[in-house]
Amino acid sequence: MINNIQARLASALRFPLILLCAWFSVSAWAVNSLPGGPALLELNLQPPVTAIARDQAWLNDLLMIVCTVVFIGVFGVMFYSIWKHRKSVGHKAATFHESVAIEITWTIVPFVIIVLMAFPATKLIVAAKDTTNADLTVKVTGYQWKWGYDYLNGEGQGIAFLSTINPKMREFAAVGARGAPIPDNYLLDVDHPLVVPVNKKVRIITTSVDVIHSWAVPALGVRQDAIPGFVRDVWFRAEKVGTYYGDCTELCGKEHAFMPVVVKVLSDDDYTKWVAGEHQKLAAGSNASSAPVASK
Amino acid sequence: MSAVLDNQGHGGQVHDDHHAHAPTGWRRWVFATNHKDIGTMYLLFAFTMLIIGGAMAMVIRAELFEPGLQLLNPEMFNQLTTMHGLIMIFGAIMPAFVGFANWMVPLQVGAPDMAFARMNNLSFWLLIPAALMLIGGFFMPGGAPATGWTMYAPLSLQMGMAMDSTIFSIHIMGASSIMGAINIIVTILNLRAPGMKLMKMPMFCWSWLITAYLLIAVMPVLAGAVTMTLTDRHFGTSFFNAANGGDPIMYQHIFWFFGHPEVYIMILPAFGMISQVIPAFARKKLFGYTSMVYAIAAIAILSFIVWAHHMFITGMPVTGELFFMFTTVLIAVPTAVKVFNWTATMWRGSMTFETPMLFAVGFIFVFVIGGFSGLVLAMAPVDIQLHGTYYVVAHFHYVLVAAALFAMFASFYYWSPKWTGVMYNEMHGKIHFWWSMISFNVAFFPMHFLGLAGMPRRYADYPAQFTDFNQVASIGAWLFGLAQVYFFFWVVLPLLRGHGEKAPQRPWEGAEGLEWEVPSPAPFHTFETPPKLDPTATRVIG
Ligand code: HEM
Ligand SMILES: [Cu+2]
Ligand SMILES: [Cu+2]
Repeated sequence: MINNIQARLASALRFPLILLCAWFSVSAWAVNSLPGGPALLELNLQPPVTAIARDQAWLNDLLMIVCTVVFIGVFGVMFYSIWKHRKSVGHKAATFHESVAIEITWTIVPFVIIVLMAFPATKLIVAAKDTTNADLTVKVTGYQWKWGYDYLNGEGQGIAFLSTINPKMREFAAVGARGAPIPDNYLLDVDHPLVVPVNKKVRIITTSVDVIHSWAVPALGVRQDAIPGFVRDVWFRAEKVGTYYGDCTELCGKEHAFMPVVVKVLSDDDYTKWVAGEHQKLAAGSNASSAPVASK
Repeated sequence: MSAVLDNQGHGGQVHDDHHAHAPTGWRRWVFATNHKDIGTMYLLFAFTMLIIGGAMAMVIRAELFEPGLQLLNPEMFNQLTTMHGLIMIFGAIMPAFVGFANWMVPLQVGAPDMAFARMNNLSFWLLIPAALMLIGGFFMPGGAPATGWTMYAPLSLQMGMAMDSTIFSIHIMGASSIMGAINIIVTILNLRAPGMKLMKMPMFCWSWLITAYLLIAVMPVLAGAVTMTLTDRHFGTSFFNAANGGDPIMYQHIFWFFGHPEVYIMILPAFGMISQVIPAFARKKLFGYTSMVYAIAAIAILSFIVWAHHMFITGMPVTGELFFMFTTVLIAVPTAVKVFNWTATMWRGSMTFETPMLFAVGFIFVFVIGGFSGLVLAMAPVDIQLHGTYYVVAHFHYVLVAAALFAMFASFYYWSPKWTGVMYNEMHGKIHFWWSMISFNVAFFPMHFLGLAGMPRRYADYPAQFTDFNQVASIGAWLFGLAQVYFFFWVVLPLLRGHGEKAPQRPWEGAEGLEWEVPSPAPFHTFETPPKLDPTATRVIG
């Protein structure tokens, strides 16, 4: 129900916004929404592809609705008062200025509302923290300014590579993203995305070798700092095959905006094929795409 | 016979000047010990910093108008965001509140001056070298720090020498803040006129009393964090350097133990201001005075146990996340109580909407939006989606730029007749309000959408799908910046020059408090002998 209202609100808002923005958009950024990444004029979270991300979106919608109702309540009263209780319409000021009963009521009511909202949040925290029984474990290492992926456990164990932004994107950026029309995945294209199987519990262990980075993929509902000298873990289970985009979201130096995260979710068969291909490359010794991270 | 009594009833007449020894010319300002002069200097300093920090924001928004790097390279972009944040927080908002306190606290409690007049001079003048060292970072090898205002280690260990000058600048500003806070506390606790009981004090004094304690508690914590950064950088320690067994997360714990109370340092005085302006223009007493005092105290105390809500993404135990989530949402309760009390104060009042009241109502509006986004961010699972995105940028600009700044605008329009002796031009004030209010929301509301859709903050460049809302935000931001230029030239400057209608002693029909018992402009010395107050402690009776 909540999603319904939210969706209707969003679509009602979208049209005037599109008009407004079309009017503003003097530049010719002929881009389209990027499935698995940011959409044009998106008003809400990216479409979730994990159970956790779905619950996050649900909780966010719930909060939005509660906040909107309280907002309308408070400002309804206030604007009524502004309208009716003006000196210019001859309203005389009342003299009341305290009431213990009212104060107690409006302390307890928000308290109860807030605690009620925090309960589903509690359940979700516990669920998101449970990284046990993973099918696949990948270590993610932050570097200034790229990501290293090491498949530690599960199908594909031993695969390791670095993931760097497509240098073409960086060149576009440097010249002001002018010239050739920029692609829909501008700034979100990497040489070697993280590849994982669909419907499998993937545990991500983060760390860093220099400064703090943060590994985030909104559609998967995952964001975790990568901290030098420490390991941290999170997990996701992607329910749909596809490519999902994210970013480094902790300021890590000058190229911070240019170390995107790309996660490719494959069907079981395709994943097995991909693993076989990577192992072959490893065996052949021509690790064109598999610079071992461990040597760093 | 007190000078104040002499002036009862004939506002505007400066009393017989037996204080001709007051220094004149440049000495009046450099050696200033008068709380009014020092207050004026604080406010001018803060406004200057607001314009400098604001200019940086304008450049940032220009860079973000389109995808790609047009004006800045990423290093410069990061330097600008860092300096913008530091300048606005430590240079603009905090000193401005101290400026208001300097002007108004002695007037409101019936004291002749601040308790430590010379320390007051020092705490102001320390700000000048501090600001020079901060801004001077741009001209040092390697440029200004590019760490963000939070100065997280170990990134801070990679910065050039400007990081060190920033650290010293923070030490100096911290010392200045602590002196200012001590001065305010001692003034309020020791120099109140007889009969001015604590629970009769104006809300502005109450909010500042509590804020001053927060300052004394947390500025040393920040000093500790940056000093450890300094020794890590130069003296071989490794508090935060993991390569030598240090702990980068410890920096964040220390920083936010300062940082969260700090954000309340920047809003509690605003609560006090609004609690004075609303009753004045509703012509009705503040609803729930006692609960307002308790709410501020509750917020201040709670603000010490919520800091790790800035760190949900660092990875902490479930129990830790739950603790910080619950304490944070708890803060929303006393905050809500305040909003309800303001609404109840307006309810069945007899309201007029001069510029101070417009800004006060505008304050409530934007503050509530910022409070709600804070509540959303406080829910740890949702914060996984929103941390490090533009949603956070929207949140803190709603509570800081809009709320804290609007409260100060409200107070400026409210008290400037007392300061300058002339009335501001009401039409210019109203234009300033509507222009600021609308452009602010155009600039910052779309940032909620950008954050929800996943645009990270502190990015010099962004995926092209985010272009539209960024363009709206940039246009709004430039208009907002322009509104403040208008404010300076069409409101502040005429007042400084003394242009305008002569201000009566009590320009606002519903205004209460001792500041309205002295003429406009307030004479150089006020309340030299303690005034005798009526039982409500709002009137001088002898
Ligand atoms: C209802 C009250 C509030 C709540 C529940 C709240 C909650 C939060 C939370 C959870 C964050 C962290 C978000 C993140 O980084 O993921 C945050 C950030 C922030 N808040 Fe609030 N907040 C409230 C009021 C305020 C006020 C009154 C101010 C200042 C006047 C403020 C200033 C800030 C700032 C500056 C940040 C960002 C710091 C940074 O990362 O640079 N907040 N708030
Ligand atoms: Cu980064
Ligand atoms: Cu906080």
